[in-house]
Amino acid sequence: MMSDITMAYNTYGTLNADHSNAVLVCHALTGDQHAASRQPLTGKDGWWSVMIGPGKVLDTDKYFVVCSNILGGCMGTVGPKDINPETGEAYGLDFPIITIADMVRTQALLQDYLEIPSWFSVVGGSMGGMQVLQWASAYPERCFSAIPIATAAKHSAQNIAFHEVGRQAVMADPEWHGGKYLEQGKNPRAGLAVARMAAHVTYLSESALHRKFGRNLQDRDDLTYGFDAEFQVESYLRYQGINFVDRFDANSYLYVTRAMDYFDLASDHGGSLPAAFEGTPTRFCVVSFSSDWLFPTTESKDVVRALIAAAANVSFVEIETDKGHDAFLLDTPEMLQTIGGFLAATAKSRGLTQ
Amino acid sequence: MIKNTTLTRPQDIRVDLQLIAEMVEPGSRVLDVGCADGTLLSHLISTKDVDGRGIELSQAGVNSCVAKGLSIVQGDADTDLTDYPNKGFDYAILSQTLQATHRPKLVMEQLLRVGKKAVVSFPNFAFWRCRWYLAVNGRMPMTSSLDYAWHETPNIHFCTLRDFTVLCDELGIKLEKSIIVGSDGRVLDYDINSRRANFFAAQCVFLLSDK
Repeated sequence: MMSDITMAYNTYGTLNADHSNAVLVCHALTGDQHAASRQPLTGKDGWWSVMIGPGKVLDTDKYFVVCSNILGGCMGTVGPKDINPETGEAYGLDFPIITIADMVRTQALLQDYLEIPSWFSVVGGSMGGMQVLQWASAYPERCFSAIPIATAAKHSAQNIAFHEVGRQAVMADPEWHGGKYLEQGKNPRAGLAVARMAAHVTYLSESALHRKFGRNLQDRDDLTYGFDAEFQVESYLRYQGINFVDRFDANSYLYVTRAMDYFDLASDHGGSLPAAFEGTPTRFCVVSFSSDWLFPTTESKDVVRALIAAAANVSFVEIETDKGHDAFLLDTPEMLQTIGGFLAATAKSRGLTQ
Repeated sequence: MIKNTTLTRPQDIRVDLQLIAEMVEPGSRVLDVGCADGTLLSHLISTKDVDGRGIELSQAGVNSCVAKGLSIVQGDADTDLTDYPNKGFDYAILSQTLQATHRPKLVMEQLLRVGKKAVVSFPNFAFWRCRWYLAVNGRMPMTSSLDYAWHETPNIHFCTLRDFTVLCDELGIKLEKSIIVGSDGRVLDYDINSRRANFFAAQCVFLLSDK
């Protein structure tokens, strides 16, 4: 049990008088609260700038958009790199194991703190989508609508397997020091970079990789027959890995991937996914992508099927794209149209006018 | 070209839309299977205050429905009706879609599993203009609104009024109401089992239930 917890969050737009226009954006595994503002460590635009802003789908002239760093994250909300008041040292592996439900519980505390009786919508992709489903299941009266994107009601065996590869890469790095690298002034950079590289492949698709890189060579005209980054795709992955370690804590990566692995909404409801949504008043808009093999359409359809069985108000669309799982982060026009249309219609029934 | 009739899914379904709406009790729970851009569902919600849901195959159709505030699931009438619980709806509607399904018989069975009643509308392929077109031109009839050639039409299972009533009989489905419409859009007052009906009906709308 942890008593006092610190949470970091950003808001965009203005909360209206009756506090009915607030949207919670849930970030994915390696995201953070900087959804639509510059990330201070990388200097890059917010990870969902394509979605959030004036005149955009999550229109900040109309909605009050809230995005908090998840429990166990490393961008301001308490996580394993923070100081354990009992020991005066970083928590490291003494940080309690967390679940998606724990993350959502802390977001509910934030909702109380902001005096928002119910979110107009809870939106997120991937692990963010898991939080959306957990929100709708645990607090149906506190979210008017829910938009789970490229996600699933449980983490698949294949996805757990990929996460385990990543965790083992971190833990195999001698600089990890059993999780106590901060005390040693070290950082398992190599291990975390490999974890990121492996994970990054799962966010793309074969056709997206082919379109972007093919078998093109990196800064050379001919093969050199060595272990340098000969191919552009290798160079790209190394770049992704190296940049990631500058902004992400290795232990946090272990905890958050673990939280995803534990997620299984049906098993929390006696093995029945429809039971997780029974009698829900929430309106759902479920979105998947045709080339996403990490959270394939079949997983979204399982959610949709359960919602149908629970007689929920649900819309579902599979977007045709070759961009893979990452499509939810990118400028994918059909996704923006679908979600924009859903939000506009939902705003009308919520009585939101602008 | 055949004028003033619809053999394929038409853009303008005002006539059968109105007839379907007349068959639906106000305030009921409705599933529109193959709801296209949601015209019928919107109409039923605004005029009959129904709790409406829809299934649509095309992404464009789903997007346009979702933007109208309709609850639409992207899916296929042939395969995805099995997701719906038994008799979860007062009406399962199949408007101008039967002829585009791969397994019409199965779809009919599913409609009356998920709906307490079913409403089905379709173009009658035995309509005299179709017969005339085929007899005179020796070519597959085409419509004025959607001029699909035989090799590219999504309408792979055209049937006649007679074919449909025979299938209903075979499946133990009761015809609660049968309405046929002639080429001028007017309701024809013929015995549904008569040759005349099968000859003059351009469109058919049925209210169906289990026997």
